[in-house]
Amino acid sequence: MPEIKELVKNLAGKHGRTRESLIPILQGVIHEERYISDEAMTEIARELDISAAQVYGTATFYSFLDTQPRGKYVIRVCRTISCAMKGKNLITHEIEDMLKIKIGETTQNKKFSLLETNCLGWCHKGPAMLINDEAFTDLTAEKVREIINQYMKK
Amino acid sequence: MSYSNLKRVDLIFDKECNPKEIIKNTWAKSNDQIINELLESGLKGRGGAGFPTALKWKYTAEQPEPDKYIICNADEGEPGTFKDREILFKVPQKVFGGMVVGAKVIGAKEGFIYLRGEYRFLLPELEAQLEIFHASLKDLKIDFRIKIIMGSGAYICGEESALFESMEGHRGEPRNKPPYPTISGFRSKPTVINNVETLVYAFMICMHGARKFKDLGTADSRGSKVFSISGDTPKAGIYELELGMTVEQFVEEFGDGDTKAVQVGGASGFCVPRKKFKETIIGFEGVPTGGSMMLFNSSRSMFNVLHNYLEFFEEESCGQCTPCRVGCQQLILGIEAVKKGERHANYLEHLQKLAQTMKITAKCGLGQSVANSFFSIVENFKEEMIY
Ligand code: SF4
Ligand code: FES
Repeated sequence: MPEIKELVKNLAGKHGRTRESLIPILQGVIHEERYISDEAMTEIARELDISAAQVYGTATFYSFLDTQPRGKYVIRVCRTISCAMKGKNLITHEIEDMLKIKIGETTQNKKFSLLETNCLGWCHKGPAMLINDEAFTDLTAEKVREIINQYMKK
Repeated sequence: MSYSNLKRVDLIFDKECNPKEIIKNTWAKSNDQIINELLESGLKGRGGAGFPTALKWKYTAEQPEPDKYIICNADEGEPGTFKDREILFKVPQKVFGGMVVGAKVIGAKEGFIYLRGEYRFLLPELEAQLEIFHASLKDLKIDFRIKIIMGSGAYICGEESALFESMEGHRGEPRNKPPYPTISGFRSKPTVINNVETLVYAFMICMHGARKFKDLGTADSRGSKVFSISGDTPKAGIYELELGMTVEQFVEEFGDGDTKAVQVGGASGFCVPRKKFKETIIGFEGVPTGGSMMLFNSSRSMFNVLHNYLEFFEEESCGQCTPCRVGCQQLILGIEAVKKGERHANYLEHLQKLAQTMKITAKCGLGQSVANSFFSIVENFKEEMIY
């Protein structure tokens, strides 16, 4: 996987090769690839001269550092209490319906993944979700349909 | 908006403030003067634990080690809490200002903001604001720089020692305490770590003096505080209010007329039922809070509320210690079993004992505070747990 090698090398060049650079490098891989593959982890381990197990141990701890393949757009619907009270189930169902996937899955064309997440810090404007880094609030089934449609066209 | 019985304050979001001027004036003071001013103000940490800010700064200042750090904890993740996002969005210069004053007092050359991954969208604007800030420091000939570190979605990294671990490139697992960060924090160096709101208040005290802050609130809970309000309320949002109100006063203002419970302090806080609204003060003499206030009306099942909280903790537990890792799972299974009638109602008492054990034996605040919501909900809404 020469591209991964290249990417990791560049990221290490940018963030450094100490242990403190590990998470920024992992975040960089996520930004480009949407997930951290085994190859990426091995490469990072080599580049930082630490064991692959340490890279794996750190990566799997954080919910945004996915180690499974994800789509280009990762949708994270908040499932915590304020959003749950304001009807997050409706939102999740709407998305599942539109994309024909269940929570945790990725569409066949690798464009979307649907996940649930804990409080996003928009509890006064629930239900809320993130698509990659962008936050969407005060969701209704209608609003969600519009947003997803927009992304489908991208 | 009318505030019949609550005093609205505008210290934090007040735009009338020239950070550069405040920094300049503060630089003319001695460190002892600044610490005394803060001590006099009675400012306690706004993250929830409530340690006097002046003492934290003082202890760190006293360490002989030359390398020290100041860190702004912007990893708020408590369900129901969203005030730091608003503060960082609206008055970032005041946050940086608090950091540079802290840096002066303790003798730090470098500061970090640990920003939760969910707020990455704030990053470009914050970086731009930082550039302006660094430029004015340069004008003032102050040698101090702030760097933003991004989190990756882990509630536990709001715990200060877990946050250091994360910054150092490790799993965000809390460390044993002591040593405390004032002695050994980030990179094992003396570190001051304050949350966003605390830093802004410290800065505002430098601007207005201790009096203005001290005159607000009560003997135990000085000053004002930013509250994030959600749930069954027509006025969900962010409000800066004077401390010392009762839950009843709060509900009069923010309730929907049918409030049966208020969760003060988020999932790790306390549930106050209607019959205790009158006697319960919001603050350190009653129920302390990091700012999260959730209202529930009578259409809500408190079983579901508790279940949702427990799921949150189960998932966010770092897994390092058994009472928390296994305890959270068992509490969920336990309340489910009671609800389904597979266990007798008495079983709730066993579960309360388990929660009590977690409070005593868990290593960090996450595992210890599960008992708060568990006890207060089970005690006050026992029927809802059973039927
Ligand atoms: S109490 Fe929970 S979160 Fe804290 S150290 Fe133990 S397992 Fe980790
Ligand atoms: S509960 Fe959904 S954003 Fe906080």
